[in-house]
Amino acid sequence: MQLTVWTYEGPPHIGAMRIAASMRGVHCVLHAPQGDTYADLLFTMIARNAKRPPVTYTTFQARDLGGDTAELVKKTLRDTVERFKPRALLVGEACTAELIQDQPGALAEGMGFDIPVIPLELPAYTRKENWGASETFYAMVRTLLRGREAAVKPAQPARRPSANLLGPTALGFRCRDDIVEVTKLLDAAGVDVNVVAPAGAGPEDLLRLPEADFNVCLYPEVAYDTCTWLERMFHQPTVKTVPIGVGATRDFLIEVGTAAGIDTGPAIAAAQTRLPWFSRSVDSTYLTGKRVFIFGDATHAIAAARIATEELGFDVVGLGTYSREFSREIRAAAERYGVEPLMTDDYLEVEASVLELAPELVLGTQMERHIAKRAGIPCAVISAPIHVQDFPARYAPQMGFEGANVIFDTWVHPLMMGLEEHLITMFREDTEFHDDAAPSHLGPAAKRGDVRVSSSAGGDAESGSTGADSAIFWDSEAEKELRKIPFFVRGKARRNTERYAQEQGVATITIETLYDAKAHFGR
Amino acid sequence: MSALSDTSGPISAATAPPGVEGCTELPVLHERGQREVFCGLAGIVWLHRKMQDAFFLVVGSRTCAHLLQSAAGVMIFAEPRFATAILQDRDLAGLADCNEELDRVVTELLARRPDIGTLFLVGSCPSEVIKLDLATAAERLSVQHEGRVRILSYTGSGIETTFTQGEDTCLTALAEQMPAAPAGERSLLVLGTLPDVVEDQFARLFAELGIAPVKFLPPRRAAELPPVGPQTLLLAAQPFLGDTVAALSGRGATLIESVYPFGVEGTRSWLGAAAEAWGIGPEQVAKVTAAPAARAERGLARYRQQLEGKRISFLPDSQLEIPLGRFLARECGMQLVEVGTPYLDRRMMAAELELLPSGLRLSEGQDLELQLDRLRADRPALTVCGLGLANPLEAEGLSTKWSIELVFTPVHGFDQAPDLAELFARPLNRRQRLAL
Repeated sequence: MQLTVWTYEGPPHIGAMRIAASMRGVHCVLHAPQGDTYADLLFTMIARNAKRPPVTYTTFQARDLGGDTAELVKKTLRDTVERFKPRALLVGEACTAELIQDQPGALAEGMGFDIPVIPLELPAYTRKENWGASETFYAMVRTLLRGREAAVKPAQPARRPSANLLGPTALGFRCRDDIVEVTKLLDAAGVDVNVVAPAGAGPEDLLRLPEADFNVCLYPEVAYDTCTWLERMFHQPTVKTVPIGVGATRDFLIEVGTAAGIDTGPAIAAAQTRLPWFSRSVDSTYLTGKRVFIFGDATHAIAAARIATEELGFDVVGLGTYSREFSREIRAAAERYGVEPLMTDDYLEVEASVLELAPELVLGTQMERHIAKRAGIPCAVISAPIHVQDFPARYAPQMGFEGANVIFDTWVHPLMMGLEEHLITMFREDTEFHDDAAPSHLGPAAKRGDVRVSSSAGGDAESGSTGADSAIFWDSEAEKELRKIPFFVRGKARRNTERYAQEQGVATITIETLYDAKAHFGR
Repeated sequence: MSALSDTSGPISAATAPPGVEGCTELPVLHERGQREVFCGLAGIVWLHRKMQDAFFLVVGSRTCAHLLQSAAGVMIFAEPRFATAILQDRDLAGLADCNEELDRVVTELLARRPDIGTLFLVGSCPSEVIKLDLATAAERLSVQHEGRVRILSYTGSGIETTFTQGEDTCLTALAEQMPAAPAGERSLLVLGTLPDVVEDQFARLFAELGIAPVKFLPPRRAAELPPVGPQTLLLAAQPFLGDTVAALSGRGATLIESVYPFGVEGTRSWLGAAAEAWGIGPEQVAKVTAAPAARAERGLARYRQQLEGKRISFLPDSQLEIPLGRFLARECGMQLVEVGTPYLDRRMMAAELELLPSGLRLSEGQDLELQLDRLRADRPALTVCGLGLANPLEAEGLSTKWSIELVFTPVHGFDQAPDLAELFARPLNRRQRLAL
């Protein structure tokens, strides 16, 4: 048993629903008890979908358990096929149905439907949502393409190479706009998109997957297994670089060039992006060495770490993921940035890590947004699980060159503006820039106290001292001097001073100790 | 909970003998099929806000945890007083290990949260199916943590409870724990979670009527359970508490049958029923209720204008459909097209059914697709439905009202009657404003 407050991922059948809801002409029948229909609202409320997800539930109750639940499954299957006339049928079960073992997949296969039936194995007590999405997509592609031979592609010199974009799903982070951006990116490089799947694809589109020259694994959490299988069966190379950030987008185009056998150099040279200049402009010098904590799905977390270090000049102080399936990749990335990887799906563990590291910016999911808000730390959301706010009305991709522009704005705006930070340092005793003044862009009514946590929760950036050693004591003059340091670096100053005092065996921190420590740690 | 395996459906078979028809002659359309409703776990969302010293530990799956965080956007509560003990593969291997694991998780939780006074172990679909006996676990753990915390159990599983029934099973668990009332002491016990502001309004009205002592279940602190005994009169503020009423009747209490306090008429007659049972004359009721009722009438008038003659359908959800339909028809002039209810508890609804206008379609249970077909044919001006259906229906051009808001918002009593009407007027108002 695992004590859980909030979860990063739903159960695996939610992943199956995401695949069904992404596609056209596909319906999913879930053997699930009454109440499991709550999942519809993820699609209709969070993503504001105008249609219910194409999912029908058996919604059995206790009274059904005494009778023939298998018959209920069959009736539901019959009614669903008759009413919705899907062109492919996914059949799975949620956690409770798994325990009663009606085997709905096998039942459906025996019913003689004249459409492809894809039975799903979704082990609810060991696996989670992204695994379920990946498995469902893989099972569907494999079932539909079963027995197909690798097509011998006719040599057509005039033909532009083509690619499949694999992995974007309903409830995925910014998938809607990433598809548009990556399609534009490929088009500029001279590559056509053959099929985008699962988002927007019908079963007949999946039959056309082998026609592409290569596959782009846009979201490895969902598409990695499918890409690997297509590579093996149809000799389609996989482009594995995920084009999030300027550097990664360039690398992506280079990899596309290799896979397609074309020169993508001109497309890279012609790329329009503002991030590099914005980041070099003097206003951005205040971003230098900002301590950033990153947590999300593996793809977005790893991409964020690269952008943070190479493109914004931040220091990555924490990097983690809830995607255990990609622990190898996260470990390798963490090693690059010299941090211990945090691999957990326990929100409390992430919170403890954030409070301990006291970063200046948190890049995370909705969960980290809550953690950061309580700790008074600026935050930007970079990954699912998502919130209605992560479906903006405007075009806001994460991928490609426009995605990099979006990311620059999204990450930098929560921070104190460059000039603003200097003013506060200079005029720290001024009434307008006193300790409780919030960043001015939050409006005159905003008070720092609003976003700070009470010290009892242990999250106050300032009181986040090492705490472990209560033997260290601040004398009143040193405490007063500490108050003169701007609030947004005060916590760090306190921690550094205490660490220094501890290392030097100083029991009482004086003004001298404070400045000794400042000299010792620099900056 | 054996009543649930009864195919006749109503949970409160114990309180509503099958075959006894209410006074109404309305035909009922019984349906079985896909039900688009929450399970009883959803009740935790309001129960944990009401009882601030209680903690709700769902013993269930990742689905349960996911439901709780999705259902009501409850993540705004940074320090939730609920959590899920997620069952994993090894817990399913053997019940002995499962119980050991539960003990470990509870001990861990209690160490982390010393503020917990009452801990509810909440059963779920998987815990019911594997027959994990949470009642016995609660007893065992109570002994282990003697004096430190009270540990109780109830079920919120979807196979046994529909949405608001989760409150019924929770209060039923509390009913057994309530102290015995001193012999000969008459008291009034109001049943059902009410927002504190509404509870205070009712407390003042009962005091003015001359009814005392008045207690509320659930109490604001789970540690302060009201007493119950043969002299206790029960007044239900919510219609979904059939099992709670049965449990308290088992301890000698008597139910005052009444409509529910929605709208001016509902509130007046609810207070009137309590007064009558207490032996207080109608003049006193008229005197006490005159001012707030007049105020509520004035507030209602403008919404009545907006709602009058408009057609409305309710999809089955919270069990509030019948009382709210009665309010909208009789006090706001709306025309009821279909009123769906997850189950029809004829005893708890008897007074309400008598007031329902004729000509509506009353349905019990659900076959979602068939119901949506009827809805599309009816095309009412307003549809009350769950969150999963609201946007798709809006996209089809049907105005909707989320039913869950009716469970969370202060809507009972005189002073909330205009607010209640406004909740239904708002989607219509919005549609009128937007030039899109």
